[in-house]
Amino acid sequence: MTSVHPVLEVRDLHVGFGPRKGGVPEVRAVDGVELTAERGQIIALAGESGCGKTTLARTLLGLAQPWRGQVLYHGTPLDYRNSALKAYRRKVQLVLQDPTGALNPRRTVYEAVAEGLRIHRVPGDERAKVAQALSLAGLRPAENFFGRYPHELSGGQRQRVVIAGALVLNPEVIVADEPVSSLDASVRGEILALLMSLRDELGLTVLVVTHDLGLAWNIADQLAVMYLGRIVEIGRTEQVLAAPKHPYTEALLSVLPETRHREPVILTGEAPDPRHIPDGCRFHPRCPALTDGRAQRAGVADRCVGEPLQMLPLHRAHAAACLLPGHVGDGIAGAAGGVPTGVTAS
Amino acid sequence: MTLLEIQDLHVDYRIAGGLLPAVRGVDLTVGKGQILGVAGESGCGKSTLAGAVLRLLPASTAVRGRISLHGEDVLGMSWGRLRAVRWSAASIVFQGAMSGLNPVHRIGDQIAEPILLHGTPAQRKAGRKALAGKVGELLESVGVPAWRAQSYPHELSGGQRQRVMIAMALACEPDLIIADEPTTALDVMVQAQVMALLKSLVTERGVGMMLISHDLSVLSHVCDRVAVMYAGRIVEEGPAGTLFTDACHPYAKALAGAFPVIGDMASRRAPRGLPGDPPYPLDLPGGCPFHPRCAVAIEQCATEDVRLRPAAPGRAAACVHVGVASESATALENLR
Ligand SMILES: Nc1ncnc2c1ncn2[C@@H]1O[C@H](COP(=O)(O)OP(=O)(O)OP(=O)(O)O)[C@@H](O)[C@H]1O
Ligand SMILES: Nc1ncnc2c1ncn2[C@@H]1O[C@H](COP(=O)(O)OP(=O)(O)OP(=O)(O)O)[C@@H](O)[C@H]1O
Ligand code: SF4
Ligand code: SF4
Ligand SMILES: [Mg+2]
Ligand SMILES: [Mg+2]
Repeated sequence: MTSVHPVLEVRDLHVGFGPRKGGVPEVRAVDGVELTAERGQIIALAGESGCGKTTLARTLLGLAQPWRGQVLYHGTPLDYRNSALKAYRRKVQLVLQDPTGALNPRRTVYEAVAEGLRIHRVPGDERAKVAQALSLAGLRPAENFFGRYPHELSGGQRQRVVIAGALVLNPEVIVADEPVSSLDASVRGEILALLMSLRDELGLTVLVVTHDLGLAWNIADQLAVMYLGRIVEIGRTEQVLAAPKHPYTEALLSVLPETRHREPVILTGEAPDPRHIPDGCRFHPRCPALTDGRAQRAGVADRCVGEPLQMLPLHRAHAAACLLPGHVGDGIAGAAGGVPTGVTAS
Repeated sequence: MTLLEIQDLHVDYRIAGGLLPAVRGVDLTVGKGQILGVAGESGCGKSTLAGAVLRLLPASTAVRGRISLHGEDVLGMSWGRLRAVRWSAASIVFQGAMSGLNPVHRIGDQIAEPILLHGTPAQRKAGRKALAGKVGELLESVGVPAWRAQSYPHELSGGQRQRVMIAMALACEPDLIIADEPTTALDVMVQAQVMALLKSLVTERGVGMMLISHDLSVLSHVCDRVAVMYAGRIVEEGPAGTLFTDACHPYAKALAGAFPVIGDMASRRAPRGLPGDPPYPLDLPGGCPFHPRCAVAIEQCATEDVRLRPAAPGRAAACVHVGVASESATALENLR
């Protein structure tokens, strides 16, 4: 399908849990996200444990509904009626974070992979399709796995059954939540290579949630970094990894073994709580730039603590939601870059 | 006395098509205050090995060999003795543990449970309420705020649930911790914190640990020694610091080579796998099981049962090219 619109687009997205007060849910898991995925793009999404990545992924699939903002597919807002969602989920596949939870313990590997074909009444040779998907996912010879139950598989084998279940429908988009986290480097490499070739040959679009920045380096065009419900930095993978702009990204990269020559910045302070999002910049209670005086010298320290920070807008080459000079929040970069519509203050 | 000693362990699962040999003769030891890392291809038998140590495998599974914990024979233990040993003497963080929590109980209660059953007599007598402080501390130690004790599992993110399982494994202060992919769902920052915590237990309390991970950089930074498995056997064993930078066994070398290095342009947009098919336990190739995929295989690899042999001081590898001079060594050198 060709269209002038991005395949997937997320505008002003807010997703929460728990009772609402004045329309706002108690737990603000996703709290102002803008994102686009163009056809054939591979985007990696990283960020602190608990920052809202899985919630965002589930919302992209229509499994959770935003209380504010929307998800657009080829420019059209998601239709949450059952039949429309069903058609949508044939094109857009989700690979869940936890393969053990994702698989029904009473279904064989064959049934797990064939399920999508049956739900969507896909014509053709079911057995051949299941076998092909399994062997693409590295479970070869596929027939040996047909009759096995999830508990008879290793952790990585289970994860590959889930991946096969997504591949078997030839989706247009795969939203994958830590898809290869239980695989060794060589099997992981094989599956990532497969995703890249599907992208090159069929224009597959991939949004992959990952803690593994090496994975982003391996395959992603863009890398987005989330913190407490928001994307705080996004850009070309090389740029974000080589020259991070946001103090959170800087800290994250500083603990990688590859950067052991840099002083590791271990963040202190309370783990963030999506029920109580700090005023000002949401990272300020833990921001190293605020404690080491960088923010002070740049004359932004007061605003860091007191002034609501813009949500990071779309369509920027490399941007960070931070008031330090040269970043989006500083008012200069924002003006020069032609900030598109949909920018709101939190 | 060695904390954990495993000798010639064999594990066969019973499946529809017969017996599936998942572990085929493994020897290893974990001493007090030591961390042994285990890596290897998906399906090579790592979790099976971990489960065997505490006899947590399905009842139909055939386990042979010797496992001794503090000198006590685990395979011969009565169930009662085994129950007493689990949690307090040795505990395990299961792979994919995030789905192991009970959905209908608050996580605080679930962490308190093993302490109530297996903790010190004082703890057992004091009861659940008195444990709230201890539970909170355990949660905070893995970077989860104490108030989360009131949450139900579905209210937690994947990484938060994984950390709850780690906290639970630490609850009864065991001497041996078996951690099977404990940090897969954690970002690098939280992972560094959790690893620092585990490492401090090892250095300060003399806990011994077996750490299974696909993350070779974690293994090389945290462990003392590392064992690399392939098709149910250890194919290389050596000091963690150098094993992956200077592997002897062709599989260990391939594994290390597939690990992406951020900033290295050779791996940018070039994920690398290992050619060929993973070995299927019911239909293992004869000789060295790696030979169909090995770039430096020679004729005898297809027939000879290649066992671990000394490769360098403190280092062993199961490869015909190891420990011999001449041509073979050159072939290996060229692989590097
Ligand atoms: N059903 C729920 N009820 C209440 N809070 C929830 C619920 N689901 C998630 N949360 C909270 O929302 C936040 C975001 O969770 P989410 O699962 O999206 O995080 P994540 O980024 O995927 O983390 P991880 O990397 O650990 O998987 C977390 O603080 C979590 O505790
Ligand atoms: N309960 C079971 N019944 C039958 N076969 C099993 C069972 N559990 C595991 N297996 C098989 O035994 C082999 C070893 O599995 P194991 O879980 O030990 O692998 P692993 O090294 O932990 O892999 P991973 O890295 O993917 O977790 C695999 O081939 C797997 O399919
Ligand atoms: S805006 Fe201020 S507090 Fe926020 S990341 Fe930038 S410097 Fe730190
Ligand atoms: S024994 Fe032969 S096949 Fe096996 S790893 Fe060594 S060279 Fe390769
Ligand atoms: Mg998640
Ligand atoms: Mg395993």
